[in-house]
Amino acid sequence: MVEFLTSQLGVSIILALVVIGVMLGSVAYCIFFERKIAGWVQDRFGPNRVGYRGILQSIADGGKLLLKEDVIPGHVDTPLFILAPAIIFLVAFVGFAAIPWGGQLQLGENLVDIQVAKPDIGLLYILGVASIGVYGVVLGGWSSNNKYSFYGGIRAAAQMLSYEIPLGLCILVVVLTMGTLRLESITLQQTEYWGGILPMWNVILHPLAFLVFLITALAESNRMPFDLPEAEQELVGGYHTEYSGLKFGMFLLAEYAHMITASGFIAVLFLGGWHFPWIAWTQPEATAWYAVIAKMLVLAGKITFFIFLMMWLRWTLPRLRFDQLLRLAWKGLIPITLGLFTLAVILVYVGRQQSLPWALLGNAVVLAIVLAAAGLSQVEVTGRQANLPSIRPGPVSTGTART
Amino acid sequence: MFARAKARGSGGLSAQAKACGSFRIAILLVLTGMVLLAPTGSVAWATDDAVTAEQQIGVTGAAPPGGLLEPILFYAVAMTTVIAALGVCIAKNIVRMAVWLFIALGSVAMLYFLLAADFLGAIQLIVYVGGTLILLIFGVMLTSKSPWVRFEPPKLELIGAAVVCGALLVALCVVLYSAVWPETEGVVPGVSVADLGRRLLTTYLVPFEVAGVLLMIVMVGAAHLARQEK
Repeated sequence: MVEFLTSQLGVSIILALVVIGVMLGSVAYCIFFERKIAGWVQDRFGPNRVGYRGILQSIADGGKLLLKEDVIPGHVDTPLFILAPAIIFLVAFVGFAAIPWGGQLQLGENLVDIQVAKPDIGLLYILGVASIGVYGVVLGGWSSNNKYSFYGGIRAAAQMLSYEIPLGLCILVVVLTMGTLRLESITLQQTEYWGGILPMWNVILHPLAFLVFLITALAESNRMPFDLPEAEQELVGGYHTEYSGLKFGMFLLAEYAHMITASGFIAVLFLGGWHFPWIAWTQPEATAWYAVIAKMLVLAGKITFFIFLMMWLRWTLPRLRFDQLLRLAWKGLIPITLGLFTLAVILVYVGRQQSLPWALLGNAVVLAIVLAAAGLSQVEVTGRQANLPSIRPGPVSTGTART
Repeated sequence: MFARAKARGSGGLSAQAKACGSFRIAILLVLTGMVLLAPTGSVAWATDDAVTAEQQIGVTGAAPPGGLLEPILFYAVAMTTVIAALGVCIAKNIVRMAVWLFIALGSVAMLYFLLAADFLGAIQLIVYVGGTLILLIFGVMLTSKSPWVRFEPPKLELIGAAVVCGALLVALCVVLYSAVWPETEGVVPGVSVADLGRRLLTTYLVPFEVAGVLLMIVMVGAAHLARQEK
């Protein structure tokens, strides 16, 4: 038994159970923090009635969702209606399997990886799983047999398909730089240093790709300012209008699980995963149990930071209009990422150890080209505003300051 | 339609609910398959580069490393594929058909994973399940009016389809049984992604580039067709 538990398979199974448990708990608490942060942004208290300062709010909400009547309306396509939250929930949680949580751990004579699965295809696994996620939203919207839910589903499909392209290209930039698809190797390579001081994190090499990845990750998890599939003011509720009880809860939990997964991948791809520079405990050589815990805490800290950033953005930025959303993806992010992709190819030729000045120069060039193109192109404002001649303020260009 | 409020758990199953029965069983099968597959996936993946024994697949002569689990999984996933493919043909609702196709393509991806062709499985998921099929569903949803529209092909088309499919089945069976399969003793190593990429850019560079050019032509053509007349 001890032999099994200290083997890679045993550790993987235990880790999978632990990760699922911790994730379910932290997803519930994400909702609480979301409301607290909303309160903080809007200068009010947020939930503070249940338990000490409201910390039992999530448990009360979960209990309420469990006990509510699980209504399946008569006009829905029942099997698809049931299948949709199952798909979205499954997909949101399967992605965790490939995250390297804490490097390697010395257990007796075994050196085991703190990672549930180490697929050779690493990043492709993530992309494959993420590409299934859209089915949950689309089928949920469709099977509800409700005009507005359906619009939510259609919006989600168009949005997620559009933003998958810059997301994939950003991942390709990282893959080209690292020369591997394995997430643990990507983390490991980022633990090296330039000149013994500066950690070789990808965010330093590819700051623009990092920003674009952050934007697309927001869009892929349907977060503000990209939450058009569930725009309450326009669609009554969104693709989950007809859902109630625990099925609605699954949609809600899946959104937050998606945020955690996305944050985890941002941290692993661009910020060195569990690596914290200059501290011996978080170097790949440290394999004792306390080092592993330190590494896990570092990764958890990075993930928490990005979740906080996403929540902060949600309560700060207004929602984009749908044509603006698609224009941003197709005319903004995809050309930028194609430029960054070319840059990454050139950097492969230069070599990673020497590429820091070239990378920064290249990013500056790409940024300059983007700003120039955005400033010079006189893109007309389309959509609803264009059809209102009385208030139309003449030709308006985006990219330059409106006067 | 809206007046047909269904009392859940009252025992009175409507015709719609009865038609859903087979669907539910299939979903259950797929989900069990996924649950069963998940641990073996991690077994095959959890091994290090240095210890490739688990990444190798069993071929004739040697017992498969997964023991009895692997054949059971194979047959479960294969049966799911067949049932889902039948569902695509039998379903009357076009979105249901698309969902059956989703299950069929997904379980084919799982078959690839089971056969240690990780890369092929991932590509199957990304290209077919996540790309082609979602566009199909998107198109269907934009053109379809209600979830209850039934799709009834005329008898003549059914006969024609049966003849063509039967001929294809016979041809495939003939090929399958007359082909000479390469047999290897023991275990053969799985192909790593790095190896695959290297070969695509060296040995098979020309076909790779030709496929790329073909896709480029398709994209330009699609953009041209979709362009508004000025």
